[in-house]
Amino acid sequence: MSAATRQAVCAIARRRWLESLSACALIGPAMFLLLVLFILPAMAVLAIAATDWQFGARTLRFVGLQNFAQLLEDETFRRSFLNTLVFVGATVPVTVVLSLALALVIESGRSLRAFYRAVHFLPFMATLAAAAIAWEALLHPTIGLVNQVLGSFGVTGANWLRDETTVLPALGVIFVWKNLGYALILFLAGLKAIPADLYDAADVDGADDVIARLSTVTLPLIGPVAMFVLIVVALRAFEVFDTIKVLTQGGPAKASEMLLYTLYVESFEFMRTGYGAAIAVVFLAIVIGLTLLQARVLDRRVHYQ
Amino acid sequence: MSARRLSLAPALARHILLCATGALMLVPLVWMVSLSLKPPGEIFHASFSLWPTQWYAGVNYARALTTAPLPRFLLNGVIVCAAIVVCQIAVSAPAAYALAKLRFPGRDFAFGLVLVGLLLPHQVLALPLFILCWQLGILNTYAALILPFVVSPFGIFLLRQFFKAVPDDLVHAARLDGFSELAIVFRIMLPVARPAVIAFATLSVVAHWNDLFWPLIAVRAEHLMPPTLGVVAFRNEEAGSDFGPLMAGATIVVAPLILAFLAAQRWFVEGLMVGSVK
Repeated sequence: MSAATRQAVCAIARRRWLESLSACALIGPAMFLLLVLFILPAMAVLAIAATDWQFGARTLRFVGLQNFAQLLEDETFRRSFLNTLVFVGATVPVTVVLSLALALVIESGRSLRAFYRAVHFLPFMATLAAAAIAWEALLHPTIGLVNQVLGSFGVTGANWLRDETTVLPALGVIFVWKNLGYALILFLAGLKAIPADLYDAADVDGADDVIARLSTVTLPLIGPVAMFVLIVVALRAFEVFDTIKVLTQGGPAKASEMLLYTLYVESFEFMRTGYGAAIAVVFLAIVIGLTLLQARVLDRRVHYQ
Repeated sequence: MSARRLSLAPALARHILLCATGALMLVPLVWMVSLSLKPPGEIFHASFSLWPTQWYAGVNYARALTTAPLPRFLLNGVIVCAAIVVCQIAVSAPAAYALAKLRFPGRDFAFGLVLVGLLLPHQVLALPLFILCWQLGILNTYAALILPFVVSPFGIFLLRQFFKAVPDDLVHAARLDGFSELAIVFRIMLPVARPAVIAFATLSVVAHWNDLFWPLIAVRAEHLMPPTLGVVAFRNEEAGSDFGPLMAGATIVVAPLILAFLAAQRWFVEGLMVGSVK
C-alpha cells in the first residue's frame, strides 16, 4: 500500500468515524426520550400487570397471570369487553359503508365537491369533549331536539343516555357522526387514485352506465382502500373514551362500560394499578393486532399500483 | 368516477342528497349554537326555531366566560400544543436526518425502536407515565401535559421518509459550504420537507387539542386545564342544567379548531391523510 493510498484510507475512516459521531449526537436525544417515554413504559406495563400493586402501596407481590385470570371472572370487565366488541362490530361497518356511499355520490359530479367534503368533515374537527355536551342537549329526554322531532310524529322518544337499551346505540350514533367525515376523505383520496383510463377501457367494453362502471371498475379497485379504512375506523372505535367519560360514566348499570373507560377507572380512580395494567395489556394486544394487519394491507396496496 | 358530466336529473338528485346528509351532520353543531343564543324560557319551552325570539347571547356568553375561565383554558391549550409541536420537531428532525442520510452502526436498531414506538397507543403508556411524572414531581404542572409527547415516533418516521427523497448532492453541497450537520437539518432539510412538517404539525395539534384522556390524569388545578378538560369541569360544576351558558361554553371550545379548519382546509386534509397510515 502506497503512502497516498494509506492516507486516503485514513481519511475515509476518519470521515466515517466523524459521521457516526455526529449521527449519534443528532439521534441521541430522540433515542433517549423514545426509550424513557415509550419503550420502558411499555415494558413497565407488562411488568406491573404481573403484580398486585396498588398505587401508593409500599409493597407489591408478583402474582404471575393472576390479574388476567381475575379479568376473565370480573363481571365488569366481561361486560366492558363485550360492549366494546358490540360497539365496534356495529359502528365500523356502518361508518365504512355510509362514507363509501357518500364518497361515490360526491365524486359522481363535479360541482361543489370541496364544499360537500368540508361540510361532512366538520364534525371530525369538533372537539369531542365539547361536542358531547351538545349531543347531551340534543338527546335530552324532554327538551332535546331528537325527542321533539319524534314527538311531532307521534313517537315517544327515550331517555337515550340513561336507558340501558339505548345508551350504546346513542354512543354509536355519536361515533358515526364524528368519524364519517374522516373515512370519507380517505375514500375520496382512494377514488382519485383510480386511473381514468380504466373507466375509458370499461366504456369501450360497453360498461357505460353508472352501475356497470361501479361494478366493473370502482368497487373492485376500492377494495384494498376499504379494508384500510375499515381498520383505521376500527382502531378509533376501540379507543372510544371521551363520550363515555363525559356523558355516561359507563352507566346505566354498566351498559356503556367500554375497554378504555374501564382501564381508566381501574388505573386512575380505584388506583388498582396492577389490575389496570392487565387491562392495558389486553388493549395493547388488540391495537397491535389491528396495526400489524393495517401494515399488511398497506403493503398489498402498494403492490397493486 | 370523474370523467363525465351528469345530466340534469341525476345532478339535481346528487345535490339534494348531499345537502340533506350535510345538514344532518351539522345539526348537533347548529343546535348547540342556537341554544347558546336563547333564554332559558325558550330552551325549555320546546320549539324548533333555530333563531331566538329574544336575543340572549350576551347573557349566556358572559355567564360562560365569568363562571369558568374559558379564555384561560384556550390559552392553556395553545401553550401546551405549541410546546408539544416545537419539541416534537426539534427532537424528531435531527433523528430523522440521521436515519435518512447518515451511516452509523446501530442505525437499523434505532429505526426498529421508532417502529416499535409507532405501535404503542398512548393510553397504554399512561399508567407508567403517570408514575414517572409523579416521581419527577411534575404532576399538576404544564410539564406533565407536555413531557409524554416531546418525542413522536410518527414524526421521526414521517420526516425520515421525506428526508430520504432529498438528493444527497444537496447535503454534500451544504457541507462544502461549511454548514454544520445541525444547520443542515434545520436550514436545508426542514425547509425542503415543508409539506411534511406542516402536515405533521397540523396532525399533532389536532390530536393534542382534542385529547381528554391524558389531561384528565395529569392535571387537577383549574388554571392548568386545557379546553377539553375545562369544558367538562365547567359542565360538572357550574352549569348542571343551565343550558344557555353551557352551550355557549361548548361553542367557545369547539370554535377555534373549526375556524382553523375552514381557514386552512388543505393543510388539515393533507395532515390527516398522512396521519392515517399511523
